[in-house]
Amino acid sequence: MKILVVDDEADVQPLFLQRFRKEIKNHEVEFNFAQSGEEALDYLKDKHSEVVLILSDINMPGMSGIELLTHIREDFPNPPPPVVMMITAYGDDENYQQAMAKGADDFLTKPLDFNLLKEKLKNL
Amino acid sequence: MYFFIYAALLLLAIRLRKSIKLLPIAPKWNTPLYGIALSAIGLYFLVNDLVPRDEINGIIIAMVLLGVVLFFNKEPDFKGFSVMINAHYPLIAIALIANLTALINIKFYNKYDNFFESAQLAAFGWVFLRVATSKKQQSELKRISERKDELEILVAERTTEITKQRNELQETVKELQATQAQLIQQEKLASLGELTAGIAHEIQNPLNFVNNFSEVSMELIDEMEEEMAKGDMEEATAIANDIKQNLEKIRHHGKRADGIVKGMLQHSRASSNVKELTNLNTIADEYFRLAYHGLRAKDKSFNADLVTNFDPNLPEINIVSQDVGRVLLNMFTNAFYAVHQKQKTIGGDFKPKVEVSTRVISAANGKELEITVKDNGSGIPDAIKDKIMQPFFTTKPAGEGTGLGLSLSYDIIVKAHKGHIDIHSKEGEGTSFIITLPLA
Repeated sequence: MKILVVDDEADVQPLFLQRFRKEIKNHEVEFNFAQSGEEALDYLKDKHSEVVLILSDINMPGMSGIELLTHIREDFPNPPPPVVMMITAYGDDENYQQAMAKGADDFLTKPLDFNLLKEKLKNL
Repeated sequence: MYFFIYAALLLLAIRLRKSIKLLPIAPKWNTPLYGIALSAIGLYFLVNDLVPRDEINGIIIAMVLLGVVLFFNKEPDFKGFSVMINAHYPLIAIALIANLTALINIKFYNKYDNFFESAQLAAFGWVFLRVATSKKQQSELKRISERKDELEILVAERTTEITKQRNELQETVKELQATQAQLIQQEKLASLGELTAGIAHEIQNPLNFVNNFSEVSMELIDEMEEEMAKGDMEEATAIANDIKQNLEKIRHHGKRADGIVKGMLQHSRASSNVKELTNLNTIADEYFRLAYHGLRAKDKSFNADLVTNFDPNLPEINIVSQDVGRVLLNMFTNAFYAVHQKQKTIGGDFKPKVEVSTRVISAANGKELEITVKDNGSGIPDAIKDKIMQPFFTTKPAGEGTGLGLSLSYDIIVKAHKGHIDIHSKEGEGTSFIITLPLA
């Protein structure tokens, strides 16, 4: 299962790789990373059919996570559309409503609860 | 005719005595002058008896008068009465000439006695005329001196009044300075308040990493132990390396949070005014992020493209970093505010963008550092361009801005650091604030 993680913080990458160490070793999941919305869209241009799940931060310089979500829903409507989960440090209702209205499948707050995330992955 | 000369001597003594009555020299001269007056009378009778010829009598008394007049003239105490005293010279001169003429050639004298006598009378009258003039001058002088006293009292009153007003003004200035210091501190706290959300966000991120990396490291240690039990030393070593990297990351993010808290404390503290070598790129980057997250936290709909063009070879510069940091923060906050306003008005496809650049430039008097904060926001209308540096001028709604940001920035950059702030702005298109600071 291919997962794209979008976050402007570079250290998110080793964190995911270590947290999913066993799953990666067992080839249950495969991670790709983008450090901005623009980079993510670039990557998705060719690979959108392979990516099953997109985890995106909302607060990023330049294109925000919400904008990225809008683009994903507009550009890649063909079934099956990727599952998009939004992640934010601002876990307030306004952010949540906005993400859901733009077509997010789920909404997670930072600091990320990886055990919860793993549970959610099992149910995909 | 000699009677007139005695009379003149007598009158001179009496007048002088009267004139000095109110002066401090009066006690010294009262008796001598009185004596001269009495002597004049005594002399008149004595000489009249002893000297048979009028002409000689006249010469004697004229010489006595001359002596007295010369004496008074030499006496510094009577300097103020020279008009009155000198008025006697014509009388003395004519008396001497007339009497000498009579003594030498009585026929000639008798032929012209009318002329000689009227000349003496005229000279006697001249004395009275001069005395009258002198009296008038004296009273005029007295009037002027009284007026002078009045004026001096007035001047003294006004001086007291002005001194009082000056002291009051000094007090007011002191109060104003105290108020200004308070305002500056409040402005700092207000800008800190704007930052709070940004700061919280900036601290939360590194803290999350600290928590996550320490958690994952504990899991890794369990795994490593499993691998070691299995005897897979290669895998165990790989995990150990990961743990080491994680600890490095924990330290890095811990320091990051530490730096933000320290910066926040420094920002709210009163300025130390100590210049130290500072990397402008670092503080510009730090405040750029804080300002952005501060505004984002307040308004979630806000988003902007942050562009940094930092000169990697920028030399360190000697500045009060805390103060210059505040100026940058102010510039960033203004820029974000401007793009946000534009976004709110036109919305749609507008892409808010704020750009910060640093570079070294060569100026007439040495090298300078230039920081440019450029936005594509609402711009500054021409009508208010002259006013934006004035204290308390703000376009923000009441309660949102102190109106002190740019005026304090001006003080910090121009007055304290001998730099410049240039503004290029076009309404509707954007604004650039260009700060230059001399390197040496």
